[in-house]
Amino acid sequence: MKQLFVFIRKEFYHVFRDRRTLLILFGLPLVQILLFGYALTSEVKNIALVVTNASNDVLGQQLTNQLQASAFFKVQEQQLSPTEIERAFKKGHIKAALIIPSGFGSDFIKARHATLQVLTDGSEPNISKTVLQYVTAIVQDFQRAQQPATSVAFTITPELRMLYNEEGNGSINYVPGVLALILMIVCTALTSVAVVREKETGTMEILLVSPFKPVMVLVAKAIPFLILSLVNFAFILLLAVYILNVPIAGSLFLLFMITLLFIATSLSFGLLISNATNSQQVALLISMMGLMLPTIIFTGFIFPLENMPLPFQWISNLVPAKWYYAAVKSVMLKGLGFAYVWKEMGILCVMTILLLTITVNRFKIRFT
Amino acid sequence: MDPVINHQPPSPATAETAIECRELTKKFGDFIAVDRISFRVQRCEIFGFLGANGAGKTTAMRMLCGLSYPSSGHATVAGFDVYRQQEKIKQHIGYMSQKFSLYDDLTPLENIKFFGGVYGVAEKEIRERSHDLVRSLGLDREANKLVGGLPLGWKQKLAFAVALFHRPRIVFLDEPTGGVDPVTRRQFWDMIYEAAEKGVTIFVTTHYMDESEYCNRVTIMVDGKIEALDTPANLKHRFACDNMDEVFYRLARTARRSDS
Repeated sequence: MKQLFVFIRKEFYHVFRDRRTLLILFGLPLVQILLFGYALTSEVKNIALVVTNASNDVLGQQLTNQLQASAFFKVQEQQLSPTEIERAFKKGHIKAALIIPSGFGSDFIKARHATLQVLTDGSEPNISKTVLQYVTAIVQDFQRAQQPATSVAFTITPELRMLYNEEGNGSINYVPGVLALILMIVCTALTSVAVVREKETGTMEILLVSPFKPVMVLVAKAIPFLILSLVNFAFILLLAVYILNVPIAGSLFLLFMITLLFIATSLSFGLLISNATNSQQVALLISMMGLMLPTIIFTGFIFPLENMPLPFQWISNLVPAKWYYAAVKSVMLKGLGFAYVWKEMGILCVMTILLLTITVNRFKIRFT
Repeated sequence: MDPVINHQPPSPATAETAIECRELTKKFGDFIAVDRISFRVQRCEIFGFLGANGAGKTTAMRMLCGLSYPSSGHATVAGFDVYRQQEKIKQHIGYMSQKFSLYDDLTPLENIKFFGGVYGVAEKEIRERSHDLVRSLGLDREANKLVGGLPLGWKQKLAFAVALFHRPRIVFLDEPTGGVDPVTRRQFWDMIYEAAEKGVTIFVTTHYMDESEYCNRVTIMVDGKIEALDTPANLKHRFACDNMDEVFYRLARTARRSDS
């Protein structure tokens, strides 16, 4: 036990004396949380919208004002010809245009039917769709406000609620994703590199000649990263709660247990990689390409898994981060209990045991 | 240029056995890396293990250190069997590989404390002895600087001292002086003699033939077999050579294997 402690203390020296490791450990979560929280947001705000109002009547002006009042648009009122509008689109000055035809007000009142034209930049389909939704919603509101309540006989009003995220906070599902990503990097990449470095420098041989049990080398390598990962976990949660205003709906303890399990899975992965390779570069490459990329693609926090072809959905089942992400989302965002995440936890458990078994067996074969 | 201390090995009749091999063999598939080698090393002896690259020196040493299992044959190290008592062997040997094998990002003191701890030396003893050790190596001023910044010669001396820190009965040195300048090499051999005087058995592989003259006895391996085993003086006499370089060349040129 004392030997293990000596070993772990040495591992901490390594970590705290390597600037790159420290940067990955604590710089990366900060950058990712801020990036995903602020820069890479999928929310659409401040869209440049040009309103060409040819009607010059009260109704047209009221509609324009209503659009201006919305935070979604940055409205410029300009009388532009169709060719001028097209030029503005091409140059990228505007993302959307609303054309109010002449006689808009009188058509609405007298003929009880008026038309508007909405143009959007279809080269950005997601923004386009959002703009169309926003404009439609604003126009409908406007229309309803113009009519006396009595004149409408039958209406159906959908009451919309985004459950678990009432305010439509865009960073909410990034937090579990970033958690998965960071823990994967720290546990898998850093651990595998830490073990392989000993092989590269030749110190591994010295350790194997010593009375220190070979398997304990793995344990001693894993424990510091386990501790650092938990620190990281707390760090990311604090950032999420206090900077991105993402609430933790469920049990913190359950969240902790799930994370502990996922850390174990990732550590086993890292140890397996370190067994299979002898150079730090290869270890890093395998961790990054072999695990980071699948984690980003197949976890579902950036690209929805439901839209992927079936074979990819099957592959995604092999990615530990997918299960972790699902479980964290259930607990953290939906506030669900153990009854809803036992399946994910079970899968992570099985993965961990499988990986550890392979690792420990291979380690024995190699060195004795 | 004889080392300062003239080390006398114990007489064979009275000496304890430190290492004994009988027909020790290691095969990798069809390739016989070590072919039925037999020898006996006495306690306090400086036993040189010579051979061209690929002759099987390192493989033989790895078997004795418990890093790999022999394919056949018998061997005991410090009285323990290499098949069944590897753990016991590990407690009584020190090892220094050809690669520099301390941690560059730790200070000399931290390295000593780490390896001492791993070998189970009591914490109090580590604390007491580590400072003396650093001082005796002349590393007082570097004691709290990272090892990575030290010259290679000092690093090697430190590595040797670390290999001896837990007071092993036998220390295995795998080309310990590779890439080290002649002056430091001399100092290194002084340290080896000093250790032998204190009762440590030294098992050393080397490329440098002048170093082989410092050994009490020398083994020359060619193609996995032991071609010669005697004192340097006797070997020179037997092959009618002026120095070990010629002896080695005469034996090694018959080698069919050579390392890539």
